[in-house]
Amino acid sequence: MNEKVKVWPGTPLSEKDIIEKRVLFTEWEPNLKYAWDAGVGYGGYFAGLKEGRIVGTECSKCRRVLLPARAFCEWCFRTVDRWVQLNDTGIVNTFSVAYTGTAAERLKDPLVPALIEIDGSGGVAIMHLIRGGDPWKVKIGMKVKAVWKPKGKREGSINDIEYWKPV
Amino acid sequence: MRKVAVVGAGMTKFMRRAHETGKELAWETSRMALNSCDLTLKDVDCVVMGTAPDAFDMIHMKHEYLSDGAGAWRKPYVRGFLGGGTGVFTACQAWYHVASGLFDVCLAVSEEKMSSCLPHPQGAFVTCWDQFTESPLGTSLLWFFAWEMNRYMHAHGITEREIALVSVKNKKNAIEHPCAQLPGEITVDDVMNSEIMAWPVKRLDVSPTSDGAAVLVFAAEDVAKRITDKPVWVEGAGWCLDTMYIGQRDLYYPKYVEYAARMAYDMAGIKEPRHEIDIAEPYDPFSYKELHNAEGLLLCGKGEAAKLTVDGETQRTGRQPWCPSGGALGVGNAIAATGVMKVAELFWQLRGEAGGRQVPGKPRRGVAQAWGDEMQVGTVIVLGV
Repeated sequence: MNEKVKVWPGTPLSEKDIIEKRVLFTEWEPNLKYAWDAGVGYGGYFAGLKEGRIVGTECSKCRRVLLPARAFCEWCFRTVDRWVQLNDTGIVNTFSVAYTGTAAERLKDPLVPALIEIDGSGGVAIMHLIRGGDPWKVKIGMKVKAVWKPKGKREGSINDIEYWKPV
Repeated sequence: MRKVAVVGAGMTKFMRRAHETGKELAWETSRMALNSCDLTLKDVDCVVMGTAPDAFDMIHMKHEYLSDGAGAWRKPYVRGFLGGGTGVFTACQAWYHVASGLFDVCLAVSEEKMSSCLPHPQGAFVTCWDQFTESPLGTSLLWFFAWEMNRYMHAHGITEREIALVSVKNKKNAIEHPCAQLPGEITVDDVMNSEIMAWPVKRLDVSPTSDGAAVLVFAAEDVAKRITDKPVWVEGAGWCLDTMYIGQRDLYYPKYVEYAARMAYDMAGIKEPRHEIDIAEPYDPFSYKELHNAEGLLLCGKGEAAKLTVDGETQRTGRQPWCPSGGALGVGNAIAATGVMKVAELFWQLRGEAGGRQVPGKPRRGVAQAWGDEMQVGTVIVLGV
């Protein structure tokens, strides 16, 4: 059947057709805002960040640290047992030197987003950014430390950690 | 469970921007697939729809919008949604609708129109991250692929140049595909010199964004044998989901793809996938993903996929061709439609109808796979004749 088909459906347009509005189309810019409650687990995690601490929770059945802190262990399917305080140091699990932002827009100066294994968590990583130093010198396995916002400026957000710097 | 066959297929061209609306694309393709096996909409007992995020189109419950184009009115209709894994899951879903005995003929429709989303559809993915701990960092979807590719290279000592060979191969394979968006002869140097998007991912490591549709017709054994002399049987299907907390798993290996593959292989009675499968269509939205997914599909050992590629074993004329269609890198990546395109490629290849893309040696069994959701779902289907 594939060989017998001579004309495949579909009419390609060019970018010009859209930019110069050579085809009929409609535009709509939605205006939506959301407010979320961080809940029990993340609530504690963000309260910790506000105080300059990285906290997780621990399930004593599988003896695992859950990070970011969560209210229940998804493997054992039970409530976690305690809060645990972790260090604000870690090692780079993997990273990128990124010239693209959220909507694939190009960045002149690259960002270095990374997964960072937090010391004391048993190898669990969180997502954050590395700054300070040459982005091309970042390596997997490199030690990094959190750089916090000044105390009065923290608001209980993942951005209370400004970035991670190589040590 | 009843035996189920794929009996018909159709697809549109994959293109950066389609003039047709999503439902027009779905309609053209559904009609084409039904015509290919001489069925009409009256013969269709149920319809399944595969289409990825509503955010691409800004249409809530996009499957409802697409339903007339998919021939779904006054029929049992359902949408399966597993992000990038949707396409192959649409085929799995059609299979179990028929295998269950509830329906004799199922139309599996997939459509994607990414071009509506401006300035770039990647922006629609900003809500796919955790809204508390990830999105506030200004996260880009490309970062994830860069992390995974970097971790994969690091774990096995694989180079960017070896991975670039996948782009070279797939874009070349796509030259023979009449619907391909980005076919061409490129070199490893072209890939290496292309713009760095998020190192180690470069522009030519990435599949394009696409508009397109692809449709398959599934039928129960007795119906299939009346319709065609060349039914292509569904031998196995599998799917599996891993954790949303990406820092909680090692990105170097897709364990969930392995679990999905094992589910499908057990059903198909396959013990040695690397020897018992003739052609494979692993999902290749990025060059490294073909290798990563092929390892998850147990088509080779962990870290061995790059060597097979370097040795030419995965070429169309090689021992086990991977992405003979041209894949997402060459044909285009109309997310859900690309997964169905991959299953359609197996259908055409196993029937010996793939024209200039035909894999030599009469392949008898193939596997197609897609990957997606929050980058932690694997969907797998095995077809055979």
